[in-house]
Amino acid sequence: MRNRTKMLILLGLAVVSILLYVFYELNGNYHYAFPRRLIKVVAMSLTGIAIAYSTVVFQTITHNRILTPSVMGLDALYMMVQTFIYFFFGSMSIFVINAKYNFLLAVLAMVVFALIFYRVLFKEGKRPIYFLLLVGMIVGTFLGSVTTFFQVLIDPNEFLSLQSKMFASFNNVNSDLVWLAGVVIIITFVYGWRHMNQLDVMSLGRDTAINLGVPYDKLVQRMLILSSVLIAVSTALVGPITFFGLIVANLSYQFFKTYKHSVIIAGSCVMSIVALVGGQWVVERIFNFDTTLSVIINFVGGVYFIYLLLKESRSAG
Amino acid sequence: MNLPGITMKKRYLFTATVVLSIVSLFIGVVDIKPSDLLDLESEETRLFFISRIPRLVAILLAGAGMSIAGLIMQSLSRNKFVSPTTAGTLDATKLGVLISMMFFTNVTYFQKISFAFIFALAGTLLFMQILNRIKFKDAIFIPLIGLMFGNILSSITTFFAYKADIIQNISAWLQGDFSLMMKGRYELLYISVPVLILAYIYANRFTVAGMGEDFAKNLGLSYKFVVNLGLVLVALISTTVVLTVGMIPFLGLIIPNIVSLFKGDNLAKTLPHTALLGMSFLLFCDIVGRVLIFPYEIPISMTVGVIGSAIFLIMLFRGRAYA
Repeated sequence: MRNRTKMLILLGLAVVSILLYVFYELNGNYHYAFPRRLIKVVAMSLTGIAIAYSTVVFQTITHNRILTPSVMGLDALYMMVQTFIYFFFGSMSIFVINAKYNFLLAVLAMVVFALIFYRVLFKEGKRPIYFLLLVGMIVGTFLGSVTTFFQVLIDPNEFLSLQSKMFASFNNVNSDLVWLAGVVIIITFVYGWRHMNQLDVMSLGRDTAINLGVPYDKLVQRMLILSSVLIAVSTALVGPITFFGLIVANLSYQFFKTYKHSVIIAGSCVMSIVALVGGQWVVERIFNFDTTLSVIINFVGGVYFIYLLLKESRSAG
Repeated sequence: MNLPGITMKKRYLFTATVVLSIVSLFIGVVDIKPSDLLDLESEETRLFFISRIPRLVAILLAGAGMSIAGLIMQSLSRNKFVSPTTAGTLDATKLGVLISMMFFTNVTYFQKISFAFIFALAGTLLFMQILNRIKFKDAIFIPLIGLMFGNILSSITTFFAYKADIIQNISAWLQGDFSLMMKGRYELLYISVPVLILAYIYANRFTVAGMGEDFAKNLGLSYKFVVNLGLVLVALISTTVVLTVGMIPFLGLIIPNIVSLFKGDNLAKTLPHTALLGMSFLLFCDIVGRVLIFPYEIPISMTVGVIGSAIFLIMLFRGRAYA
């Protein structure tokens, strides 16, 4: 099967799941249910695209297939930044009321953190990948504990306002941010498009890439910023989903069997739309909301992650 | 790793534990002065015996128990990064309690305990089995698998809890919290007293078992029995702590590691230190949580989570050499 056919099949699946989600048992309810479902579909698709795109880019600049921005604790960081904004500025501040300022501040903090994190972990010599992973996961736990810690300290009234914002989930999509998120994602794509070919070269390794005339270190920094912005978008929309990026990025590499980033990124984006929208449809209609999609993703992702680790360890040992 | 100039003497640790215990007894919403206790009939004295003393005992037992559980696991798996947190034991216990709550409408305390215990034991055994299968024994790789194993278990728990509508119930006792410890609610923790004594009696055998199966058998040790006994002890401690207090992350991980930095790996020698350091660390965290937003309290699992994960990170970065 050629990659073009594969992509068409995926696109078809994505369209089917979107149509199913929007129109299944709509019963002509165009005034109430239709716009709400539409917003949710858009939000989920944007989330999927943001996660897939950022994961593939992140994996290329860190040269491996197991690390993802979420596993390294970036979405836990987003939660912490939000909590800190409430803690230090209060719920009436401009950084809370105005979604744009709030988002900008959160993104800024994340970019700074990601750059420092990268410098500490990846720059100084080569560390074993398991070490990086463990550090990432513990950093995630640490940020998570700090976040809950400060949430307890916050005034209960402030906390109520924070809660509605922070505990976005698939059943409670943060719809105020959809348009802002859409614009941000389009900008990152326009920006990233020019670097697509350079990413292909980057995956050959630092020395080769520099030899071939790619400004490696500069590009790594830019891509890291891009990746953190995208994670901020996805976490703001539906909250953290740790293993999702890992699954779609790896599946996309297996499915398309290529190293061209344009194909992999496009493929993983479409795949995540299928998985999120289709998965949410299954959860809502077949399980009757008896579970949440993130639980399923965490379960499947966890098993897949162990499988990847064991596979990697066999080839290493 | 040598730390010149600093020694870890048992009597320093003991003094610290005693001092912190006394501080812990006299902190609280109701101001109790030592002189109040002279009057046996007073309100303060009653409060002291119903709430403060049980709380202190619970902290001491849980602190010593979790640290020793971690120490035993690290010795048996020969990996410094294995502990009830990083081997899925705590998550397995959680799953056990959930299942007992789902299948018996009126769970008795005993049913809850036995289910939690069976699951904790099964989870730890399963993890040890996975460890035996893995050929590539990188020190860092093992806890990674353990953490993931715990994640999978807890997503199963969430799945069923969501179905049965007991998510809130679950997260309520998931969070380690000493504020509810009073007479009648903490006694289960006394199970860890005989467990700790057993651990002490078998300390030498655990040390030998930690040298590897072949070596241990050569020295005439019934390896299987000792390993299984160790796992049963770990499961017992985890069950009692999770059921009475809740999850206390990282405690079993960092305390034994800090002690072994100073004292090496001979269990018979390090057990008292580990227990004492575990107690004083937990007391310290508890006091911080109680003072910070007085008169409210921050649950212990958060204080320990913040301090513990920070210490673990430092250990990771500095301790590549000794791990």
